[in-house]
Amino acid sequence: MSKFQGLDAYIRRDGYELLPFKFDRLEGDDYVITNMTGEHLVVPMEELRALLSKDLAAEHPLYASLRAKHFIRYADEQAPLDLLALKLRTRLSRLAGLTSLHIFVVTLRCDHSCPYCQVSRQMDGEAFDMTPEMADKALDFVFRSPNPAIKIEFQGGEPLLNFEMVRYVVEAAKRRNLVEKRDLEFVIATTLSLLTDEVLTFCHEHDIILSTSLDGPADLHNANRPRVGRDSFERFEDGLAKARNVLGVDRVSALMTTTDKSLPRVREIIDEYVRLGFNGIFLRALSPYGFAIKTRKFMTYNTERWLEFYKEGLAYILELNKAGIPFVEHYASLILKKMLTSNDPGYVDLMNPAGAGIAAIVFNYDGSVYASDESRMLAEMGDQSFRLGNILTDSYEDIILSDVLLDALEQSFTLSAPMCSDCAFEPYCGAEPVFHHAIFKDVLGRKSESSFCKRNMTIFKHLIRLMQSDASTRRLFMQWANAC
Amino acid sequence: MVLRTTRAFLVSSQELPEGYQHYLIPEPLEWRVRELEGKSSFTLLPNDYNYLGHNDIIRLDGQAIRVLFRANSGHNSLLVTEQCNHYCLMCSQPPKNIDDSWILDELEALIPLIPRETPEVGFSGGEPTLAGRRFINLIRMMKSYLPRTVVHVLSNGRTFADEHFARQYAEIAHPDIMIGIPLYSDDPDLHDYIVQAPGAFQETVQGILNLKRLGQKVEIRIVLHKQSISRLPQLCEYIARNLLFVDHVTLMGLEMIGFTRANLDALWVDPADYRDVLSEAVGILAAYRMNVSVYNHQLCLVNDDVLPYYRKSISDWKNEYVPECDGCARKSQCGGFFSSGVRNGYSRAITPFLV
Repeated sequence: MSKFQGLDAYIRRDGYELLPFKFDRLEGDDYVITNMTGEHLVVPMEELRALLSKDLAAEHPLYASLRAKHFIRYADEQAPLDLLALKLRTRLSRLAGLTSLHIFVVTLRCDHSCPYCQVSRQMDGEAFDMTPEMADKALDFVFRSPNPAIKIEFQGGEPLLNFEMVRYVVEAAKRRNLVEKRDLEFVIATTLSLLTDEVLTFCHEHDIILSTSLDGPADLHNANRPRVGRDSFERFEDGLAKARNVLGVDRVSALMTTTDKSLPRVREIIDEYVRLGFNGIFLRALSPYGFAIKTRKFMTYNTERWLEFYKEGLAYILELNKAGIPFVEHYASLILKKMLTSNDPGYVDLMNPAGAGIAAIVFNYDGSVYASDESRMLAEMGDQSFRLGNILTDSYEDIILSDVLLDALEQSFTLSAPMCSDCAFEPYCGAEPVFHHAIFKDVLGRKSESSFCKRNMTIFKHLIRLMQSDASTRRLFMQWANAC
Repeated sequence: MVLRTTRAFLVSSQELPEGYQHYLIPEPLEWRVRELEGKSSFTLLPNDYNYLGHNDIIRLDGQAIRVLFRANSGHNSLLVTEQCNHYCLMCSQPPKNIDDSWILDELEALIPLIPRETPEVGFSGGEPTLAGRRFINLIRMMKSYLPRTVVHVLSNGRTFADEHFARQYAEIAHPDIMIGIPLYSDDPDLHDYIVQAPGAFQETVQGILNLKRLGQKVEIRIVLHKQSISRLPQLCEYIARNLLFVDHVTLMGLEMIGFTRANLDALWVDPADYRDVLSEAVGILAAYRMNVSVYNHQLCLVNDDVLPYYRKSISDWKNEYVPECDGCARKSQCGGFFSSGVRNGYSRAITPFLV
């Protein structure tokens, strides 16, 4: 007789127990099951039934994967619990750092007059500029954050119209950081239309990243972004080349805004990004804030139409990759990080508890402090619900422990929110109290009517189906998941 | 002169210096016995030992000569015990359940003699950690006597599931030590079958977690054969998802020695038939930015996407090539075969690269 025992001798048959997981129909008879650490598996209905009634045979091909992904275990096994705990801690580890992104709205003045823009003003004078006193107070606040990594992002309006304030904040922050020794990063959100050599020299000297806007081909970009001279795109392209030249090709990123004019043109938009040498695009939906609602721009297309646009764009991007052009869709890559890794990308819209205030915070030109960029846009529309205080008069504690913030975080918490708490896609989603307040006037909203919910659920399912149906897409998605 | 009383002298055709504790006379120089007879102790070295050189360490036990350490080899591996709590299907060093603590006595005597400039020393078994406190002591001695020597330990990791043991190990604070731990499947039952030990998977995973929690370096070692290949991509995803923090993952070809020959039907799969699975596995680990190496493979049996991770791992004195390799233009970049195993069979797909 052999000294070795066969596989059979090692297969346990003493009955498994279920670890916590949730499920939802993917399509047809296929269900997706997920656990709190974001592990997922697609399981046909019949197997799901057997799994739940603890009748699934140990020989079933899914069985080993269910164990490895920690959906089931044997009662005496400790490693699955240790690993689940470890992965959950890792996913939530950002929370302990508290606020990292600090947005300084240095001015509301802008040289563009985009119809969908929430906040900008076409005027001269200093009524819409941040003052040095506010900036000093805001920096006091920034360095009260316990986060070892601090990002300061300048927004507007067009921040370059108040470049003196950008310079002031950067220099003051760096002086303080000699003692604080944080990992300090600066970003300017700019259209590049007013970029000068002086600005670029300063950005180079202080290692500042430029985050800019590109909506697609010249005619679309210029139609979306009117400016005196109708030369927004030309100025962008010119500024992009100059900025890359001085700062480095990876120090300039671009974001796009989807308008009704963009919807039939997703391939052209992506082609424009490829032509200009970007290695990815963020296909964003138009947000329901500010002038977008006022001018009814938001109402001109619905979520279904946007999802079509998104899926068409993603399919085209997958084609490009198969043709040997590496190109990423950034929204997918943020979600894929939640699906395929044990890390969280820290993307404010898809965080739970919500990212408002505790992942990002906004210091407005007038001294108001807001829980998020969307919150100040809402405020420009007259809704002050997420105004946390005033930087000149309120303390750090007043602001970060304000009822406005804590109530919003607590009430929108997805693990207790109706319909979220038992949603299989909850591990990939976020609380988003500001969006739901803007639409429903309460931070929870009605999920069955929520376009946020519909948009994200559809994308989650779409990404899982794509991975399920094509191994090479799954491999590509693994790379995306680890690239952000 | 004072050092001479602690050392043996390897006799050459040169003049014989006086005062050494012992003299080793290679067989071809047997005639020099006359010069030492009656004056000093000496041993005749048979021709098999003609590779011995300066700073090598040997043990003389009656007529028996055992080489413990070779100073000019970069691959000194010290066997700690032949006992093991695994009985792996493909074990290259079949375990013995006997009291071999004499080996530990010998290692404790050996470590202080190893030259201080030695770049690397390995510990293997059996399962070295079964020596318990004496294993901990060996590692402490390595740090004390050879602080600049890199240490690599082959262990199944299970002993480190005991937090107290893991802590004792970590508290040595060796400056450069790595534990290489095998993990053969994400399916606990399959892993336990491959190592022929129920419950092994759970303990190994907890051992890895304990070591990493204590900031220790860990390498995961995966030997590729029919059993481990069956879920290799799933195993790599499991590692990326659960053990992303390990320092190195190695994917190793099967050596045709030891138990492998007895279990050939259960183990053998031609590397030519799993080359795409290997590419997928490497692709997964690399996508997650893990440090990955492919060992013990022949260049003509791996896809091009594996090349950045391909290591010519078989040391020069252990490797050889087969007749099919004649005329291959890339022999110098290829690890070739283990000379100990190749006679027992190899891939049918070995093909020379022609210029």
